[in-house]
Amino acid sequence: MIEKLTLDINGEQWVATVRMADTLLDVLREKLDLTGAKRGCENGDCGSCTVLADGLPVKSCMMLAVDAIGKKLTTIEGLQDTPMQHAFVEKWAFQCGYCTSGFIMNAHALVNQHPDATDEIMEEWLSSNICRCTSYQEIREAVKSVLKEQRFDRKRPRNRR
Amino acid sequence: MLHFNFDYYRPSSIDEAVELFDKLDQDGKKPIYLSGGTEITTLGRLNQVFTKAVIDVKGIPECNVLDYKQDSVVVVGAALTLTQVWESKILPLLGEACVRIGDRTSRNQITLGGNLASEIIYREAVLPLLLSNSTFVVAGIEGIRQLSVHKIFKEKLRLKRGEFLVQIKVDGKYRKMPFYIEKKRKSERVDYPLITLEALKVDRSIRLAISGLCAFPFRSYEMEKELNNTDISIEERIDRAILRIPAPVISDIRGSREYRIFVLRNTLLDALIYLGGVRA
Ligand SMILES: Cc1cc2nc3c(=O)[nH]c(=O)nc-3n(C[C@H](O)[C@H](O)[C@H](O)COP(=O)(O)OP(=O)(O)OC[C@H]3O[C@@H](n4cnc5c(N)ncnc54)[C@H](O)[C@@H]3O)c2cc1C
Ligand code: FES
Ligand code: FES
Repeated sequence: MIEKLTLDINGEQWVATVRMADTLLDVLREKLDLTGAKRGCENGDCGSCTVLADGLPVKSCMMLAVDAIGKKLTTIEGLQDTPMQHAFVEKWAFQCGYCTSGFIMNAHALVNQHPDATDEIMEEWLSSNICRCTSYQEIREAVKSVLKEQRFDRKRPRNRR
Repeated sequence: MLHFNFDYYRPSSIDEAVELFDKLDQDGKKPIYLSGGTEITTLGRLNQVFTKAVIDVKGIPECNVLDYKQDSVVVVGAALTLTQVWESKILPLLGEACVRIGDRTSRNQITLGGNLASEIIYREAVLPLLLSNSTFVVAGIEGIRQLSVHKIFKEKLRLKRGEFLVQIKVDGKYRKMPFYIEKKRKSERVDYPLITLEALKVDRSIRLAISGLCAFPFRSYEMEKELNNTDISIEERIDRAILRIPAPVISDIRGSREYRIFVLRNTLLDALIYLGGVRA
């Protein structure tokens, strides 16, 4: 079965002709030229293919594209200029960069879902991704800096009119 | 990338699903049910799974139920993700087993039904369901069956051709009972288990279920009997329980047979102390 699918990605509608057995990763990279999600292990282990489905991280190598219909998808291309992208640059949270988009997706979802994430919650979430260059310490620092910034913003008194 | 293609169906009712299966089966399509889809995509890539048609059960309302009313039965739909089961806190005994499976992102995709029906030997979510004498609700072309876990889960889920798992039911009394769970991995934070042991205290006796020790998850009444024999020392009870392990102990890259038994011995001790099964 080959079908035309419409996917909601980064707030836009994308149409692709796909095989029903194509994974979301296949379609993003090969059909839509959204190559930010990386092909790593294709076994659910490394997290380099992570994207968000309705705000939650999923590994796109083990999700059928057809299963993503109706979900609001976010890929790394949709996170330009976000605090997490900046934090990764500022903290040098990468070396070769292959794992980076997957980590940023996961970390972005983490700070949205758990603005008060403890170290334990952060470790639980981040352990879904692998960095072969072992930038783990810098990645933690990047995530913590965004959490701290968010907390500061929340505490700042709002102007009353 | 999967090297084969298939047709995809997403029925919205139980009847539609089982009728579809029946028809596709007769047409020689070798249909399989799909839930989280993580095993079909990963094993499919390695050509360890093959089908010409998948039937996604996630659109069936009964498979998405999460329900508990005071003093009644907890109902958990088979298509709920492990994250959903854990976050619901509906049945801590089950939630704590789910949160130890895989990693956080994978748990957003892996479903309870998928884990129980998995080809991969661990099927850790069954441990609390064995301990709580749960009921499995399964649907097939002949209708709905409700079976004790002990009848339908023997080493693995034993469904008739064309049947799928709809829900799990657990008596609400198990929500508050004391339990102990420990997943020991080789070294990483995320991995399949060296052993996962879950123990439940019901009145004064302890129930025990284990995954990763043998080639299938199990609850052992023989081991429980030895552990609950309070006439002898705790070390003796554990020694005797170990003699009752129901099948050969796995020896693989995660750990040798001897190491697994060593880990089991220590974990049993921790479990007995935690649950107060030890005489002062
Ligand atoms: C990264 C990763 C880590 C993992 N770690 C662990 C672990 O630590 N412990 C562990 O126990 N397992 C682990 N697993 C294995 C995982 O639990 C199984 O592969 C599980 O089958 C995946 O569930 P799913 O919902 O994605 O299944 P699917 O891919 O949808 O289906 C898997 C199998 O179950 C059948 N099935 C699905 N739903 C039903 C249903 N409702 N009724 C009947 N049959 C059904 C399908 O036909 C198929 O044969 C891990 C898997 C991954 C990818
Ligand atoms: S490529 Fe998807 S988890 Fe590694
Ligand atoms: S920066 Fe190279 S794999 Fe993470």
